[in-house]
Amino acid sequence: MDGDKVKAWEALCIEEQPPACAAACPLRVDARAMAEKMAAGDFVAAMAVYARTVPFPAILAHICEHPCEAVCRRAEAGGAVRIGALERALVEEAYPSIRRAAQRARKPKTVAVVGAGLAGLTAAFDLVMKGHAVTVFEADAQPLDRLNRDYRPAALPPSAIAADVGALMKLGVDIRCRQRIGGDAPLSLDALIAGHDAVLMASGPGPAAAFAGTLRLNATGRIEVDRETLTTSHPKVFASGLHDGKAAWSAIGSMAGGRRAAGSIDRFLQGASLTASRGGETTGTCLYVNVESHAAMPPVEAADPAAGYGHAEAMAEAARCFPCHCLECVKACAYLAHYKTYPKRAVREIYNNDSIIMGNRKSNRMIDSCALCGLCETLCPNDLAMGEVCLEARRSMVERGHMPASHHDFALRDMAFSRSDEVAFARHQPGHDRSAALFFPGCQLAASAPGQVAAVYRHLTERIGGGVGFMLDCCGAPAHWSGRTALHGEAVDRIRAVWEEFGRPRLVTACSTCLKLFGEFLPDVPTGSLWTELERIGLPDGANRLPLKGPLAIHDPCTARHAAEVQAAVRSIAAALGAEVRELGGAEKTTCCGYGGLVSFAHPEVGNAFVDRRITESDDDYLAYCAMCRDNFARRGKRALHLMDLIFPDADDPAARPDPGFSGRRDNRLRLRRRLLRELWGESMSDPVPPVSLIIADAVRADIERKLLLIDDIAEVIAEAERTGRKLKDRTTGRLTASGRIGTVTTWVEYEAGMDGFVVHRVYGHRMQVEAKP
Amino acid sequence: MSTPFGDPDASDLVCARCDRPLEMLKVEASYLGQTFPVELPACPSCGFVYVSEEIAAGRMLKVEQALEDK
Repeated sequence: MDGDKVKAWEALCIEEQPPACAAACPLRVDARAMAEKMAAGDFVAAMAVYARTVPFPAILAHICEHPCEAVCRRAEAGGAVRIGALERALVEEAYPSIRRAAQRARKPKTVAVVGAGLAGLTAAFDLVMKGHAVTVFEADAQPLDRLNRDYRPAALPPSAIAADVGALMKLGVDIRCRQRIGGDAPLSLDALIAGHDAVLMASGPGPAAAFAGTLRLNATGRIEVDRETLTTSHPKVFASGLHDGKAAWSAIGSMAGGRRAAGSIDRFLQGASLTASRGGETTGTCLYVNVESHAAMPPVEAADPAAGYGHAEAMAEAARCFPCHCLECVKACAYLAHYKTYPKRAVREIYNNDSIIMGNRKSNRMIDSCALCGLCETLCPNDLAMGEVCLEARRSMVERGHMPASHHDFALRDMAFSRSDEVAFARHQPGHDRSAALFFPGCQLAASAPGQVAAVYRHLTERIGGGVGFMLDCCGAPAHWSGRTALHGEAVDRIRAVWEEFGRPRLVTACSTCLKLFGEFLPDVPTGSLWTELERIGLPDGANRLPLKGPLAIHDPCTARHAAEVQAAVRSIAAALGAEVRELGGAEKTTCCGYGGLVSFAHPEVGNAFVDRRITESDDDYLAYCAMCRDNFARRGKRALHLMDLIFPDADDPAARPDPGFSGRRDNRLRLRRRLLRELWGESMSDPVPPVSLIIADAVRADIERKLLLIDDIAEVIAEAERTGRKLKDRTTGRLTASGRIGTVTTWVEYEAGMDGFVVHRVYGHRMQVEAKP
Repeated sequence: MSTPFGDPDASDLVCARCDRPLEMLKVEASYLGQTFPVELPACPSCGFVYVSEEIAAGRMLKVEQALEDK
């Protein structure tokens, strides 16, 4: 896979963007994670989230200006989450649970911090946590003197300041008060510089004439500071951001300034770059949040406003946090939901899997479980298509010989059968030697409803002049979906060759997948849908109306997601035939039936999850216009009609028609070819005689389907065993067991001879070959 | 060499052609170009090897999948 392409895909997924609250916070407090824990009642875990970023939780919870609330997306649905009040409730209940341990350095570097304000102490905190030895020099009688002066005890209790300062000192920070730096040694700046590995000036934004001999000052007499790195004119001296006197003071702003200075000092002490991969002061976010999907809900009011939220009130308010995530595709996709992932992470995982030279490629099945249905792309704010990523990965796997054989063998074998001489054929309309149109029903409608294919072909020949040719073949979708580019190319080339040979007629196909793939790979071949064609030429006269018991919920196949004309034609035909059609969330947001991308072969569980999600959306009978969709719904127990059942009703209750199953599908294709060639083209066709007759109970038949084994193969195994005697006999039950290698699978059959044929009891297969050593 | 597939119960099975009960024999299993010895019930006379469903859908499937993902 192309690394640059992968990066571009990854960049499209915005799920890892920060929520608005964290993006607006100078300290990047993860208020989303905090609120999630609080909503769950786990205040200790929430405290850990808060204290991971905030050096002085008790202080900040009381005085933070909470810029997060101004940008909270909940504001659009009832009012911003009261994050400040949540933080106070959190500190009230869980402050003692904070556990902190500083890193231990073998040879700690020494840092002097001048000024015990919030900026200086935040820097001291960060540096001591990194394992440095920090001494703070404060001119006043106590640290954080400004807080004591500026806030009433009711707003910021002295006990909160004492708790946070005490915790800082416990971490090993040496705070020395009444030590004004700027005079003679030992309290001169030069002496500090000489005695420490780095010095931080955090003494506030006032003029600094006392340091003029050591540091360059700006025009206003303040220390000259580089705004990005917070360096001064002396390489060992740094200054917190407020020294230029331009920014207004804020508690959280001071802390952020101290943190940035500490970051520079730590980089300086390690000899690292001061600028490399360093974020700015504030970031934006482009996280998409579907606010409309949340009902408006007003903020929780505290019963005692002075005391703030109690535990239950805080939980309720925290639960108002959505929380902000995009996950638009994940919410709608059975595949992403199964793997509990989102595209950015999945793309990285897929690329890593692709890059493995030696070792287990653990994500092969994950890559093969995407339905390639295009729903994610439709829902994604940035149009990221996981199908494109997975298809590219599959092609790479095939190219390198890493595609697990078992994932797609059965589907490819089915495709080979559809393309074989036993099934595929093309003819001009009887009595014509040229074709104005060429009907291409597609392999799945032929497999599901061969009688309706014959009926609609007859109708087309009656209404379209100039000859309507018939071509039974496969468009190559299974090869395309499985990443077999060359095999898909063969299928496409053959269709092109027939089209040329037939005089370049327009193609009319009943299958949305064929239509989509022809548009993509045979762009110069004029191709239309059978449904738009029928809308144009009209439905059969006096067609029997199927008595409908109620409305039908219409399901568009995923390959017709953007085929607006086709969608409209289908609805118009259904309405003309008396059906009351209801939408299932609209054609553009349709979901896969589990066949798309061959997911039901590579990962049946995910394939079934796709179907099961879809069939629970409405209690109405479903109306499909893809044979595979209809049959998959039927297989999972949903009553479903095909549009053909409305046009050519050939059963009393076609919505109850069972899924023909894979063996039945093959049989239907064989029969369709023989019937058409015999009845329309007068060719002599003899029906093949099965080698043995089999009696198979429904439960056994369903098991055979589930295991992707074929009745024809089972008959071959039994016939061969009976001919050669190579079989085992159970002395107790009298049952026989035989096996045969067909293609890449060894099929085992447990059976017994009955009056009317062989009764099949159990069938299973494996791919590994075993043989006795000679 | 160990037997990755365990010992299935095949005590009631006889080879219909040779009329001999199956015995645990060393046989060769192979998949995707990898070959390894295993013990499976087989006819001691004609060498017909029996693979039970339990083994086919259990340990054998696991080995197949592991080899496919190599």
